[in-house]
Amino acid sequence: MMKILVGLGTCGIAAGAEETYRKLSTHSQADGAGFQLGKTGCIGMCYREPLVEVRDDKGARFTYGAVSPDKVDRILEEHIKGGKPVDEWLVWSNDTVGSDKPYLDNQSRIVLRNCGTIDPESLEDYLAVEGYQALKRVLDNKDPEGLITQIIESGLRGRGGAGFLSGMKWRFARMAAGKRKYVICNADEGDPGAFMDRSVLESDPHSVLEGMAIAAYAIGNVSVGIIYVRAEYPKAIERLNIAIKQAEERGLLGDKIFGTDFEFHVKLKEGAGAFVCGEETALMQSVEGKRGMPKVRPPFPATKGLWDCPTNINNVETYANVPWIVLKGAGAFNSMGTENSKGSKVFAMAGKVKRGGLVEVPMGITIREIVFGICGGIKEDKKFKAVQMGGPSGGCIPAELQNTIIDYESINKTGAIMGSGGLVVMDETTCMVDVARFFLDFTQRESCGKCTFCRIGSKRMLEVLTRITEGKGRETDIDLLLDLAQRVKNTSLCGLGQTAPNPVLTTIKYFRSEYEAHISNKKCPAHSCNQLLTYSINDLCTGCLLCKRACKFDAISGEKKVKHVIDMSKCTKCGECFKVCNFHAVARD
Amino acid sequence: MDLHRKYDFKNHHFAGEEGRLIPLLQQAQAMDGYITRDRIHEIHKNSGIPLTHIYGVATFYSQFRFKPVGKYMIRVCHGTACHVSGAKDITEACQDHLAIPSGETTADRLFTLETVACLGCCSLAPVIMINNDTFGNLSPKDVKKIINRYKKEGPKEAAQ
Ligand SMILES: Cc1cc2nc3c(=O)[nH]c(=O)nc-3n(C[C@H](O)[C@H](O)[C@H](O)COP(=O)(O)O)c2cc1C
Ligand code: SF4
Ligand code: SF4
Ligand code: SF4
Ligand code: FES
Repeated sequence: MMKILVGLGTCGIAAGAEETYRKLSTHSQADGAGFQLGKTGCIGMCYREPLVEVRDDKGARFTYGAVSPDKVDRILEEHIKGGKPVDEWLVWSNDTVGSDKPYLDNQSRIVLRNCGTIDPESLEDYLAVEGYQALKRVLDNKDPEGLITQIIESGLRGRGGAGFLSGMKWRFARMAAGKRKYVICNADEGDPGAFMDRSVLESDPHSVLEGMAIAAYAIGNVSVGIIYVRAEYPKAIERLNIAIKQAEERGLLGDKIFGTDFEFHVKLKEGAGAFVCGEETALMQSVEGKRGMPKVRPPFPATKGLWDCPTNINNVETYANVPWIVLKGAGAFNSMGTENSKGSKVFAMAGKVKRGGLVEVPMGITIREIVFGICGGIKEDKKFKAVQMGGPSGGCIPAELQNTIIDYESINKTGAIMGSGGLVVMDETTCMVDVARFFLDFTQRESCGKCTFCRIGSKRMLEVLTRITEGKGRETDIDLLLDLAQRVKNTSLCGLGQTAPNPVLTTIKYFRSEYEAHISNKKCPAHSCNQLLTYSINDLCTGCLLCKRACKFDAISGEKKVKHVIDMSKCTKCGECFKVCNFHAVARD
Repeated sequence: MDLHRKYDFKNHHFAGEEGRLIPLLQQAQAMDGYITRDRIHEIHKNSGIPLTHIYGVATFYSQFRFKPVGKYMIRVCHGTACHVSGAKDITEACQDHLAIPSGETTADRLFTLETVACLGCCSLAPVIMINNDTFGNLSPKDVKKIINRYKKEGPKEAAQ
């Protein structure tokens, strides 16, 4: 029988996938419906949600994009009954048809191996794709040391930002003295513009649980694991809770796992809205019920972490890689990638890119291949300007450096960082000074306040950036920013402060002329900073009165069918007239 | 209601009273909509955690509110992707339409407007969330329509 799967991740639901699912379910219950209906997580083509996949008995798979409920009937009629796919709506297939084939075909999926193919709420589905087999193998082998060696050999590095060798971290935690140890999964995903961890948790929660259990076994003396997850991700929390319960009922988590003496319980802990709690020591403070303020390292969590016990903390994506490595071997993983960056990396593609969504690529691929080859280039074919990587800790890599390869060291050289995988694409309409201001605004608000320069220095930097975008910048401001940036970097305790200046430093490095245009000419080359724009009405004006009515400040005068005029002394540059005019008669410069 | 007794300690591993503080505050907020003075005192009495510590923790995390909120919580995303895709216009449209600044609640206690950093649907930017429902690919006009639907029809229908 044919199978129809609907992608029900947060993106899909936001785009209306639940309605599509409901419509399909009214048909699937009818006699002779000819198909079975199922749910799945994030298929990854977020830009084409709601996504619906049709699978036939012979293994052919067809993905339809933007399936609103009104498209359901035709798909059922022509494809399910008639056996002929509706080509014009196909975005992907494992056959030759589909408009957006390069998007999925050019990816290499390890972490996302099950995302969008299995039902995240079904343990059976996970078991059918070798689920918990890696854990079973590890328990059968009874060789935690060998397991750690395997993870080290695979070259897996932490996907949460810093890129430390995961196996080494496990070894430190194993060697640390202590009768009680913990493993933690960092699912705080605070970087604004990133959603990889959310998608993995929503689409394949068991793979993360399995990875944690394997880590727990490798380290030893661990009976409790904690997942610290953002409260803003209700769907991920819901599915994790279901998955934990299912695994416990089957003896795959809890006491006596697979009938052995190995015991491992997983608890969820919801975050409470503080970005700094993604930092490992702050996260542990938060789990302990305190204000989430980072602590001095050393001691590192591996020797003294949660409740002063040795603790291993890894990112969601790091854990999701683990079962795959155990099953396929370290060699399969480290044959992919570059010399020092092995395996694949998931990126959350967003911003001004045609196809935004989740992509997983082998390390070593270039930024250009991701932006153009996979994601189809820039929206409305505007000019590609930069990518922002690493969020508030990262930086902007300009279009000239688009041949930079994805690898921890190469990205670091540009001044950005690999980060957790947020990749925001910017075009010619994005103002780089505004981007720097945006991130500083974020970090200075999220600073925990412990270090003076992070707390106050970042505020001063924000003030300087704000005045530049408002046309009040001073000639000395760039030097002032550079000076402050160095001081904030040098005197901050944790990664938040140490990296907060990166967005400013990289934009000054690559887009200095844009800063200078703001400061010296009082112009925003991207036409984005409102205060620096001037509005005027040109000869295309038909005198339709629309802008005059729209202007809340009485700055526009004119009669019907006569060209209107803007009174600059009253104009607040709110941009309303520009938005409403249907005749391109309002000019903005 | 005895919040402390209602709280399921057995299934919570977090050792010590203090480890339970944040889940307790979260539960208090889920019950009352915000953190009331009475609840803070209740937690203090039952757990023995010093009041200063409870206030210190509650004020550190942006999730906790100390003012009542409206029936519908509108969160406008101002994450990176939404920022470059016009989140500012979305917030302005909400502010205009509800006639309140961000962070405030309408007089009829129906809507509270907030800005947040990244809701995790960046590829649908700009995005807003009303209670637990997410809306993406919005224009300022769409936002007004959605708000009107909530006003008229209540959450179930409006979220469709
Ligand atoms: C301000 C700040 C925020 C962070 N946020 C996160 C986060 O949201 N998710 C994450 O996995 N790591 C985050 N980290 C990194 C963690 O401190 C830690 O390095 C990571 O969880 C280790 O896991 P990994 O080795 O698997 O990467 C953050 C670090 C800093 C300084
Ligand atoms: S660098 Fe900033 S966030 Fe980190 S501990 Fe210091 S003040 Fe807190
Ligand atoms: S809206 Fe455009 S065309 Fe109409 S009066 Fe204004 S400038 Fe002229
Ligand atoms: S920019 Fe705003 S204030 Fe200025 S003329 Fe246009 S509508 Fe009026
Ligand atoms: S930036 Fe708005 S959802 Fe991520």
